[in-house]
Amino acid sequence: MAAADTTPATAGLPMPKIRPARILLWTVLFIGGLLMITPILFMFSTSLKTAGQIYDLRLIPQSPTFSNYVKVLSEGDFFRWFLNSSLVAICVTLSNCFFDSLVGYTLAKFRFRGRQFVFIAILSTLMIPTEMLVIPWYLMASDFGWLDTYWGIMFPGMMTAFGTFLMKQFFETVPDDFIEAARIDGLNEFTIWWRIAMPLVTPALSALAIFTFLGNWTAFFWPLISITSSELYTLPVGLTSFAVEQSIQWEMIMTGAALATIPTLIVFLLLQRYIVRGVMLAGLKG
Amino acid sequence: MATIQLNKLTKAYGKAEVIHGIDLDIPDGEFVVFVGPSGCGKSTTLRMIAGLEEVSGGDITIGGRRVNEVDPKQRDIAMVFQNYAIYPHMSVRQNIAFGLYTSKLSKEEKAKRVEAAAETLGLTALLERRPSALSGGQRQRVAIGRAMVRNPAAFLFDEPLSNLDAQLRAQMRIEIKALHQRLGTTIAYVTHDQVEAMTMADRIVVMRDGHILQAAPPMEIYDNPVDIFTARFIGTPSMNIFPARQADGQVSLTDGAPSVMAGVRPQDLKVAATGTGMAVSLEGVVTVTEPLGHETLVHFSTRGGHDFIATAPGHFGASPGDTVQAQAAAGTVHLFDPVSEKAVGRA
Repeated sequence: MAAADTTPATAGLPMPKIRPARILLWTVLFIGGLLMITPILFMFSTSLKTAGQIYDLRLIPQSPTFSNYVKVLSEGDFFRWFLNSSLVAICVTLSNCFFDSLVGYTLAKFRFRGRQFVFIAILSTLMIPTEMLVIPWYLMASDFGWLDTYWGIMFPGMMTAFGTFLMKQFFETVPDDFIEAARIDGLNEFTIWWRIAMPLVTPALSALAIFTFLGNWTAFFWPLISITSSELYTLPVGLTSFAVEQSIQWEMIMTGAALATIPTLIVFLLLQRYIVRGVMLAGLKG
Repeated sequence: MATIQLNKLTKAYGKAEVIHGIDLDIPDGEFVVFVGPSGCGKSTTLRMIAGLEEVSGGDITIGGRRVNEVDPKQRDIAMVFQNYAIYPHMSVRQNIAFGLYTSKLSKEEKAKRVEAAAETLGLTALLERRPSALSGGQRQRVAIGRAMVRNPAAFLFDEPLSNLDAQLRAQMRIEIKALHQRLGTTIAYVTHDQVEAMTMADRIVVMRDGHILQAAPPMEIYDNPVDIFTARFIGTPSMNIFPARQADGQVSLTDGAPSVMAGVRPQDLKVAATGTGMAVSLEGVVTVTEPLGHETLVHFSTRGGHDFIATAPGHFGASPGDTVQAQAAAGTVHLFDPVSEKAVGRA
């Protein structure tokens, strides 16, 4: 009895089992995480190096310097590109939030002939790679005189199949009773969408806004093709001006990229719970 | 306030007709309860009155005005839904005030109405809360409040108490009934719970397969059901129905071809009752007893395998396996035609 009384309280508890599958999972996740963070760390590291230290692959620079940041911010059109990127990303994001939600709501909450066909038709555009669309976009922009304009950069992304799909899925979770109660209360359909349905899908809307903003902030291919004037360059396109033939200023590119990353990092840190939720609920990656 | 009239009302989804030309007049200020099993068309009928479903045929008039093609908002009705339909992103005050969203009343008048409705429903202390911080009963009251502030011609309730527990349901039944007595507004109420129908209605409308079987005051339906379905549906426990032969004012259970179907309510079928003038006398083996305190429900099975429920005094000694006798007095046995299942009289 005495021995039993002196036994520590935890002695009777079973040892937590360390399952091999769990170890394997954590190892894979760790390696995956490492692979993803390494380029980002190198980007920041390179931005703190001088031109002569670029090919020194040490992660922590021998003599870190902020001179690249001073140079990028004081010379060239960095602020202009930053504003252009902001304008494009914000406009496209607002447009997506509005139109994708409106179409998603219509497909989720109204019964009309051909509804399923319209939805499938919209979804099927997800299977067409951007590279295939660029030529029609270019011809269209050229015909309408949109090349080398802000509208020219923005128009292909003003509404997306992904956003429509995401919002439709969420609007389907809004009980019909809410919509019908609002109808009986005398609201018109637009007000029901705006005042009742939209506030109920805020997580999806936030996720869509984040995906769209990040996608457009980093967009490179279409802006590169549709813009020729340097004053309309977005950040990713502008950064290419640091790479001219036979002289690639890696430290400047990395500094610009590091600066360009900051807004996206802030957006992510502030709204990461919506991103995770959006990905989980949509079953897709933006 | 308004009368509601349904004239030869039909509803079809494609070729499938689910409401088959029903007629009903709901006078001003009446509390009418539509009751019936799932799929009988009661909710569809209510939704057609509300304007949430298109009418396939016939007419709906509210306050003498034909409203078949009129939008829900212009019908001057308010509806309370099964899932409350109160908006989670708004406070109780905003939810109640939302009923007046399109109203041209002044801000002060709107606020006054919200306060008044909240006071009537005991929600004053909860006005700034979000629905997530309310109990089921409180949420239902908010939904009723949103309907009340509009001062509509008629209230429509679509199974409003289905999501509440038994105790809360009983409480809300009384509150809604009291509210009706205070406001005197026409109410059309849908439920599948016959207890709700019996306790709340001025008139019950029993529906089955898109037809109205009977529309009458609760006790009229209880005492004089028009057919076997209605007899079974109204009253708890359900009426005992059995094949019988009738002779000399006596009804006897038969295993052969019956001349009538007999129905006797468990409350009228007394175990160990003795006396003269009994219309039915049955003997069987007890299968289950359910003591309810003031009385005991005795389930027994006759030799021919027919199951019955009878009542016995609260302190009833018999156990499963015991043989009991149960009898029903003359005048308490309902008789139905075995083919049409329509009521044909009493024994």
